[in-house]
Amino acid sequence: MKALDFGIFALSTLLVLGGGLGTVASKNPIRSAIALLVSILGIAGMFLLLAAEFLAAIQVLVYAGAVVVLFLFVIMLLGPAAQSPADARSAISRYLGAATFLLSATGVLALVLRATKGATTTLATQPAGFGTIEAVGKELFTSSIAPLEFSGALLLVAIVGAIAVARGKQPDPTLAVATPKGEEPEAAPEKAPSRRPTPKEAHS
Amino acid sequence: MNSIPLEYFLLVAALLFVIGAVGFLLRRNLLVLLMSIELMLNATNLTLVAYNRFRPENHAGQIFAFFVIAVAAAEAAVGLAIVLAFFRVRRTIRSDDADLLRN
Repeated sequence: MKALDFGIFALSTLLVLGGGLGTVASKNPIRSAIALLVSILGIAGMFLLLAAEFLAAIQVLVYAGAVVVLFLFVIMLLGPAAQSPADARSAISRYLGAATFLLSATGVLALVLRATKGATTTLATQPAGFGTIEAVGKELFTSSIAPLEFSGALLLVAIVGAIAVARGKQPDPTLAVATPKGEEPEAAPEKAPSRRPTPKEAHS
Repeated sequence: MNSIPLEYFLLVAALLFVIGAVGFLLRRNLLVLLMSIELMLNATNLTLVAYNRFRPENHAGQIFAFFVIAVAAAEAAVGLAIVLAFFRVRRTIRSDDADLLRN
């Protein structure tokens, strides 16, 4: 059991960190998105190790199923522009980036190790039903019902906002329809042979 | 399932956060910037869930992580919409070219 846990943990760590590095370091955005997917699956594995089954399922559903697919859609919508040629850099700035990463990584590791004083905390056995859909859902719908409703409202606002921003400026459909309608009665008889019949005319 | 110490998860989360932060600071592709934000949010989620496993009296950490996931999904949708709008204006998605307010 213990060896199995450590095996799952090592695999998840590999997926998380390798995927994270791939996301940040690859030049092709498609590869970045796939590496992000790998990292997210590793996080879901860690959630399972931490007895958060519900969150692991949500993680796979929302991130792998929705967010990464959205990223891929946008990358393919942008086409070749998604990878700007100017993103390629000289070797020296890439080495600088790697050095920055190594420096901050060692700094963070030192901070965490200093905070924990190098000791390890063994996690006690969790209560029965910890992290299941029943337990989390019960708390979600009782003690934290207000944030749940607010997050629903937030998602609605985000949907409307995303559509409005991504759609851009469109010609006002009410204005576009109103002008031809006004002059239709006089213009229609002369134009009739040359223009295609509207569906309404085709029926009658 | 309790053979892995808490600190290991914290270390992985800290490293993932650093990867995301450095990527956000150093990359210039707007899509990769958004992905780096997602990495950082995932790292905080991992920390929240790990600490909740350390104190399993209630599910406060897991519920917080749940809301972080919801906010991250909303953020990704709006962020990608902004990237599309920016691309429509400048025909590129380099963050260096987002300089309309300069001059």
